[in-house]
Amino acid sequence: MADTALERTSPTRARVEWALVVLGILVLIAAPFTIYPFFLMQVLCFALFACAFNLLLGYTGLLSFGHAAFFGGAAYFCAYAVKSWGFSPEAGILLGVLGAAVLGVVVGFFAIRRQGIYFAMITLALAQMFFFFCIQAPFTGGEDGIQGVPHGFLFGFIDLNKPLAMYFFVLAVFLISVFIIWRIVNSPFGMILKSIRENETRAISLGYSVANYKLAAFVMSAALAGLAGALKANVVQFATLTDVAWQMSGEVILMTLLGGIGTMVGPIFGAALVVSLENRLATSGFPVQIVLGAVFMICVLLFRKGIVGEILAFFDRRKPRE
Amino acid sequence: MTMIFGIPIQAFLGQLLVGLINGSFYAMLSLGLAVIFGLLRVINFAHGAQYMLGAFTGYLLLTWLGIGYWPSLILVPLIVGVIGLLIEKFALSHLYSVDPLYGLLFTFGLALVLEGIFRYYFGVSGNPYPTPDLLAGGTNLGFMFLPIYRGWVVIASLIVCIGVWLAIEKTKLGAYLRAATENPQLVQAFGVNVPLLLTLTYGIGSGLAGLAGILAAPVYQVSPLMGSNLIIVVFAVVVVGGMGSILGAIVTGYILGLAEGLTKVFYPEASSVVIFVIMAVVLLVRPAGLFGREEA
Repeated sequence: MADTALERTSPTRARVEWALVVLGILVLIAAPFTIYPFFLMQVLCFALFACAFNLLLGYTGLLSFGHAAFFGGAAYFCAYAVKSWGFSPEAGILLGVLGAAVLGVVVGFFAIRRQGIYFAMITLALAQMFFFFCIQAPFTGGEDGIQGVPHGFLFGFIDLNKPLAMYFFVLAVFLISVFIIWRIVNSPFGMILKSIRENETRAISLGYSVANYKLAAFVMSAALAGLAGALKANVVQFATLTDVAWQMSGEVILMTLLGGIGTMVGPIFGAALVVSLENRLATSGFPVQIVLGAVFMICVLLFRKGIVGEILAFFDRRKPRE
Repeated sequence: MTMIFGIPIQAFLGQLLVGLINGSFYAMLSLGLAVIFGLLRVINFAHGAQYMLGAFTGYLLLTWLGIGYWPSLILVPLIVGVIGLLIEKFALSHLYSVDPLYGLLFTFGLALVLEGIFRYYFGVSGNPYPTPDLLAGGTNLGFMFLPIYRGWVVIASLIVCIGVWLAIEKTKLGAYLRAATENPQLVQAFGVNVPLLLTLTYGIGSGLAGLAGILAAPVYQVSPLMGSNLIIVVFAVVVVGGMGSILGAIVTGYILGLAEGLTKVFYPEASSVVIFVIMAVVLLVRPAGLFGREEA
């Protein structure tokens, strides 16, 4: 998936980009006063999930078909800890992230032994294994899942039962996480990841231990996906098998692909579009699956760069050199 | 009662037979995947959906048109195969120039759409497909009771697998196919119509999935979800076998089916994950797969 080139930022363009980022944050701060906060929180959770996934696909070039395991796994861990052990929200989320990271180490260890299509199939198979584990394990509640997870008090004094308090907590976590991803991508470490994406053999010949870098990227992506899942469990107050099923892995791929693989904001737009679409279709009775599948096919055939990727490419064509 | 490893021999052989049946389907499906992958470099995620489509086509031919099992055995692979030809011609063929992962993603979307359509119109519950009269009932082998249809599935899948393998190894078309797998540009330069070969290959691969579907219809319930449940296991089979060799895909399919059956006897809780565990172990000791060649 190496058809994204975006390291050509001129000073003007950088300034425009920063202005847009600030504008975007302001919109997100103002949004809950006009739009239903519960919907926005769902969008933010999935947006974070897609950004975490994009760290792996967009910047390391690894297509994981098993990210639902980290997302849903963390949701289960967090929901169980908060409900049954009485953990505080932040401790539950931390536990979820740790659990997802451990899962990421295990899955990544096996998956990075193969490349390309095999990598995708191995992650899919291992995630399915985790799915079967979740069906049988006693703590997940089987088909019912874990329901009625209490909201509780963040850091002991912020009441998350208030929708706005919950919203700004989710927004803060989201913004911090996206900033972390942005830092990772633009660090020397991120450059090495991109070099692996562009030409793995050459990265090896330059002396980088590619396997370690891939595993590190995989675990970071898994942990952040887990953060999204744990956050979502707190927002919607339940964790179910839907979160660990393979369809969820497909959904996050679609969000990333639709928005733009390898772009910073693409997955956020992709997630917003997919979640809105699902909300709209949920009331109409028309099966979501057909629409998502069709969007998938159209995306792959007609605009592989995604919405944001195509817009960036359009401006690149308009101003080729400065 | 005769015992083997502390388990009644009937139960033991019964599970082994179930394993062999499952293995027959793993073998047929991973064979189709390997044929398609060999030439197109595309992992056909829609393979499970095409298997489901095969079972449903047979079911609809029976309930709408009254066409029975035996004509369906010919008609269903043809119908599913022709749909495959169209998909390759109008969509997949545009994706050969980009990263092979896009082929995977396209066929994933296709699988979602196919499964979604059948879920919408038929719900998620299974529909029974009657066993053909000729193969109804069972026979007592002395040491166990064998439903005749299940025996037929094992034999039919062996015939299909060996037939496809011979066709690829021994016929002229098979020789073109193998040559084009090695080096498509060179084969095209010799005047073979490689794009047509690609289209045909995808059609044949899809047809094989459809054939597996109609064979499965009397054994399992005809349900929209039958394909997606199976395809992920078949992917694990393919990772274990490695897609370099057709024969490897077939053999691995049967072996893993049997391994699954054996696990059901000794440790039933693990039977749904045993194939994935085997996959993990194989990745540790032979990353390229049992029959695979090391390639990206």
